[in-house]
Amino acid sequence: MADATIPHAAPMRRPLAGRVKAAVVLFAIFAALPPVAAALDDPFFVLIGTRILAYAIAAMALDLILGYGAMVSFGHAAYLGFGTYAVAILSSYGVHDIFLQTAAAILVSALFALVTGAISLRTRGVYFIMITLAFGQMAFFFFISLSAYGGDDGYGLAQRSTLLGSDMLENDFALFYATLATLVALFWACHRIVGSRFGRVLTGIRENPTRMEAIGYSPFRFQLAAFVISGCMTSIAGVFLANQAEFVSPAFMSWHRSGELIVMVVLGGIGTLSGAIGGAVAALLLEEALGALTEHWRLWFGLFLVLMVLYSPNGIAGLVKQVANRGRKS
Amino acid sequence: MTNLFVLQLLNGVQLGVLLFLIAAGLTLVFGIMDVVNLAHGVLYMVGAYLIATFAAATGSFWWGLALMLPAAVVVGLVLEWVVIRRLYARSHLDQVLATFGLVMIASEAVKIIWGVSPLAVPMPEILSGSVPLMGPLQYPVYRIAIIVAGLAVAAGLYVVINHTRIGMLLRAGATDRMMVSALGVDIGRLFAVVFTLGAVLACLAGALVAPILSVDTGMGESVLILTFVVVVIGGIGSIKGAFFGAILVALVDTLGGVFGPILLREVLDPAAAGQAGRMLAPMLVYILMALILFAKPAGMFGGRG
Amino acid sequence: MSSLEIRHLKKSFGALKVTDDVSLDVRSGELHAIIGPNGAGKTTFISQLSGQLASDSGDILLDGQSIMRLSMPKRVHLGLARSFQITQVLPHFTVLENVAVAVQARSGSSFRFFSPVAGDAALNARAMAALGEAGLADRADVQASALSHGEHRRLELAIALATEPRVLLLDEPLAGVGGEDADAFVAGLARLKSRFTMVLIEHDMDAVFRLADRVSVLVYGRIIATGTPEEVRSDPQVRAAYLGEEEEEVA
Repeated sequence: MADATIPHAAPMRRPLAGRVKAAVVLFAIFAALPPVAAALDDPFFVLIGTRILAYAIAAMALDLILGYGAMVSFGHAAYLGFGTYAVAILSSYGVHDIFLQTAAAILVSALFALVTGAISLRTRGVYFIMITLAFGQMAFFFFISLSAYGGDDGYGLAQRSTLLGSDMLENDFALFYATLATLVALFWACHRIVGSRFGRVLTGIRENPTRMEAIGYSPFRFQLAAFVISGCMTSIAGVFLANQAEFVSPAFMSWHRSGELIVMVVLGGIGTLSGAIGGAVAALLLEEALGALTEHWRLWFGLFLVLMVLYSPNGIAGLVKQVANRGRKS
Repeated sequence: MTNLFVLQLLNGVQLGVLLFLIAAGLTLVFGIMDVVNLAHGVLYMVGAYLIATFAAATGSFWWGLALMLPAAVVVGLVLEWVVIRRLYARSHLDQVLATFGLVMIASEAVKIIWGVSPLAVPMPEILSGSVPLMGPLQYPVYRIAIIVAGLAVAAGLYVVINHTRIGMLLRAGATDRMMVSALGVDIGRLFAVVFTLGAVLACLAGALVAPILSVDTGMGESVLILTFVVVVIGGIGSIKGAFFGAILVALVDTLGGVFGPILLREVLDPAAAGQAGRMLAPMLVYILMALILFAKPAGMFGGRG
Repeated sequence: MSSLEIRHLKKSFGALKVTDDVSLDVRSGELHAIIGPNGAGKTTFISQLSGQLASDSGDILLDGQSIMRLSMPKRVHLGLARSFQITQVLPHFTVLENVAVAVQARSGSSFRFFSPVAGDAALNARAMAALGEAGLADRADVQASALSHGEHRRLELAIALATEPRVLLLDEPLAGVGGEDADAFVAGLARLKSRFTMVLIEHDMDAVFRLADRVSVLVYGRIIATGTPEEVRSDPQVRAAYLGEEEEEVA
């Protein structure tokens, strides 16, 4: 049963205000980044920042089903891919408007999530993880064989998306703030969903599906709805990633990427939304830092992961709490 | 056309046999220990690198194979002892994360130890060359040897599973874990044996395929996902399911890639058929998986859903 | 009020017949207790009625309408609620939230994504009412996992009440509750008698004989007797099969 999938998933009940407060702090730090980067005369920070923001959107979307619905989807990179390719393909046909591109990404993602989710959600636990992984891989291979868009090699964008007819997103700062605004808006949406009637049912199913059935809920419909919402949000992250990199390739949707999204969610503490944002920041900064030190950064990142799971089951948030508790005791 | 079909059929069976070797261990680990092991594909890669090293050192494929097997046992035991053992009581999410970490460590470690350029393993003299099949058709002896070796292992597993005490425990464990502990069996030792057996089988698959593939760091990846599909289609915990699932997946993958476009040409114009075929072929096994799971969510031979 | 008719209900696990051709009429408004020794198949029977477990054959009629092919959630919507022997609550929800989510299942769509549910006064008021009836109103804001065992049993009851059942299936509501707590609980159940048709599985014979209008005795998946508490108590077959053995155990 799904309830056995994540025994420690049930987050400690935090006051809602805490969740929002942590996010507001993060948003404020993000907002201050471009002026700091400008002062340091290092625009590279802004590009990395945009990438982190986009992944934060994806991780938060994943947290909606992983943390609140106990659904360990290992195929979420597919939706990043739909977002990136929606930009690439539409733009190759001369459609540059970011809203149209996003709408296309959401449409494709909703369809894919509806079909694959309906099949995956008939199963539980290990099956669910492996099936979502396989469907993600299916999408990956589809784009690899899409030779018109470079197949394996990827495809460079001729230009970034336009916003209301203007090409302002060509400016890295503008793109950064557009991504930040989207993250804030989606955080607000997720926050509302989690606290709504729907969110309560979804969380209840995570806690005890048998109980929820016994009071009249069919878990499948709610889980599927959450799965579709999450997939659609993730694809929005893809739209910004494509604009950030000005390049799309199937690498955005490899199963490693799906794994990294899960790592981000867990790193920050699952089922908190703001934790996923923090986790995305931590994971990507760690990646950058290790990458600057050694070309074999994956070795150390992997080691870090294994040790984290073995010794700090609640992610960095849990680690911080452990250390804090120890400090208090001594 | 018939020749091409027979050739691809044999290639399919050969791939299927390899997939079975990898999937057999994976399905037992999933079914009996309820552990999600993303690092299983790594073992396949390690098997190939081990035989490459030993064969190069001894100058003989056979010595390489003979040395690879005990080394694989060590790899399996150590991995179980250091990491996997600590994951039994953990959530699937933790298992996913930890074994994902292992994949990163292993593929990077292989790059550090053996470098990034692919290695080659010489084909054993006695198995090189081809045999005539039908008409002008020739088929490499080595590929036939892989099929024979794989089927032999499958038969051996069949005997072990169905006619020995440990096999009885494995079958019981795959359907009802509580029962095995009720029988008073040392679960820790049983798990270690199962995991190591699975590791050795995966390493063996990697070693067998090494002479006909280039041995590189990416080889575990593609095969891992195919193996997942096999395990899911066959039903978690079922060796029988792993066998038929592996053959089915391999045949669909091999034959679909070649004959899909040919069949499509009947209904589409050649250019469109080629394009559609190229896009559909790599997705065929996943579509197959979706269809089977839609009909039977627990797989063809799965007891638990 | 509603009636429940069970016709030739069967369920086997392998060769073991757990429910063996059970037919039973639960009359509108009565409290019908089902007693029997451990392993008699009582919980299986309740699970078949509630739809958690599929039956092999037979029929179940709620007010004359067959509910045999319906899923558990659908049966709940027709007014068939159950409580569990082993407490099934949402551990990280508060007591109030546990009940409010049950109220929500019967009032309005749960596919509402934006308005905050915590401040939904209508839901909370009805949840508080159910908590009051179960005697748990003062613990509304406690996290469910922090409740004592006796309080868990009350929460279990409050959740079942909140689904606004027409027929209430209670699977050992008193399990593990002792002494004064048990007395208060029985008094609470007695107050509910006038409002619902109830099927009660219970080991506590005192409670059964105080509450039940009629009693059925289930032994190895078969009903061996049905009647008023007095009739059942004096039935020699029942005494032989069940009550005598129970008294010996007690003595």
